[in-house]
Amino acid sequence: MLIKKTAANAIVSSEITPESVYKARRDFLKYSIHAGMGLAALSQAPALWATTAAHAFSTDEAQTPYKKVTRYNNFVELGSGKAYPAKNAHRLKTSPWSVTIDGEIENPGTYDLEDILKPHTLEERIYRLRCVETWSMVIPWQGFALADLIKRFKPTSKAKYVAFETLHDPKQLPGQRSRFGSFDWPYVEGLRMDEAMHPLTLLATGLYGKDLPAQNGAPLRLVVPWKYGFKSIKSIVRISFTEQQPPTTWNKQSPEEYGFYANVNPTVSHPRWSQKRERRIGHFFKQDTLMFNGYAEQVASLYSDMDLHKWY
Amino acid sequence: MVLKPWFKPSLFILCLLPLVWLVLGLIQDRYVEPLQALSHGTGDWALYFLLLTLSITPLRQLTGYTQLLRIRRLLGLFAFFYSLVHVLLWLVFDHSLFWQGMWADIIERPYITVGFLAFILMLPLALTSNRFMIKKLGGKRWQQLHRLTYVVCALGLLHYWWQIKYDMSHILLLTLIFVGLMALRRIKLTK
Repeated sequence: MLIKKTAANAIVSSEITPESVYKARRDFLKYSIHAGMGLAALSQAPALWATTAAHAFSTDEAQTPYKKVTRYNNFVELGSGKAYPAKNAHRLKTSPWSVTIDGEIENPGTYDLEDILKPHTLEERIYRLRCVETWSMVIPWQGFALADLIKRFKPTSKAKYVAFETLHDPKQLPGQRSRFGSFDWPYVEGLRMDEAMHPLTLLATGLYGKDLPAQNGAPLRLVVPWKYGFKSIKSIVRISFTEQQPPTTWNKQSPEEYGFYANVNPTVSHPRWSQKRERRIGHFFKQDTLMFNGYAEQVASLYSDMDLHKWY
Repeated sequence: MVLKPWFKPSLFILCLLPLVWLVLGLIQDRYVEPLQALSHGTGDWALYFLLLTLSITPLRQLTGYTQLLRIRRLLGLFAFFYSLVHVLLWLVFDHSLFWQGMWADIIERPYITVGFLAFILMLPLALTSNRFMIKKLGGKRWQQLHRLTYVVCALGLLHYWWQIKYDMSHILLLTLIFVGLMALRRIKLTK
């Protein structure tokens, strides 16, 4: 069912890739083989392809500069305010790193990050990111579809949701030393299984062709581009498959303001501010916010029978 | 002791420095999100000047230095000036001078409602902050009108409170200062 959905919604590649680029890629492959690289070149081709070709889901909008992407962050664990996460980034040790994958799956366990990443080919996805605070960015991520990881770990029929957890270590994450005691650490997030399996949903390990900086959620983070940024949990240490809808941090913090779904929706206001418009970081004027952050064509069908004013 | 003739012009320039610093940041490309930096910066300074204005009376009572009253008007007008820039930034860049969107914001968003109300209430205060209007209104009525400053400051703080997501350290500090300044007045009044 899911594969069918993907095929129906997928953007035709010719819409994305100009013919000249397409031809250049073909030529590259042809010449590689002609040059006598033979099988070696062919086996490398998919990796090269992934980094050079624009992914069908990628936007061609102007990308937010690297400096801004890495200096304007909401990562309370590394400090409040937009600038502190970058200043405190050195405190977070991202290697070695392990991730526990458990719950309703066939083979639960704790794995080294390398072992988790090994079978996956990283690809670039240029996504819009819309924060619930009404600012937005365009970021070239490197990562792989969460769906590919989920398939590997074979969830059971009981798995209806996927829950995520950020590292809990106040030594490395000074924001977790509860000064005001207002947050219940660690940060937790979750997705419905169909959302987690959606081909747009990414597990990212890098941006702008570099490893993720700590302030952006190193070494492994979620990217769900049609939802407000707080759903895209950072520095993941646990992925659990659950039967019940898992608790999520901002929803626990202020349930009437932040829902479990948190889909970008210009028609549903935050109780204190409008979500109709947004300011792209670095721009002066605001622009209109798009339904599902511009990914309606891909994801609207997931919510076709839901009242999005109720399930915000 | 009388204020030296150079004092007021120097203070005037001093009061402009925050704006110079904010604009300089723009030129030096110091901000990741320039509009937010300018908007928050001018909003913060409007509140700082309001609190400074409100601290003159208690300070005069504590020190007995009556000349302080002569700089209060300047501080109050700068509070208005920074508020004006703050409102203009919102009007031009959030709404592109598009009035309909502006009204929707004011009506639907309580934090904007109180912020805008604070600004509107500052208008009569700014317009009567000159010798001519003081004479025209008479000292007592002028003073009564200018007690609105307390309301303006409280609304300004509320405007800030309603935007807080979790980090309340800054606004809490400003609120405590305001409460302290009001408490000093109360003590004086009941004596």
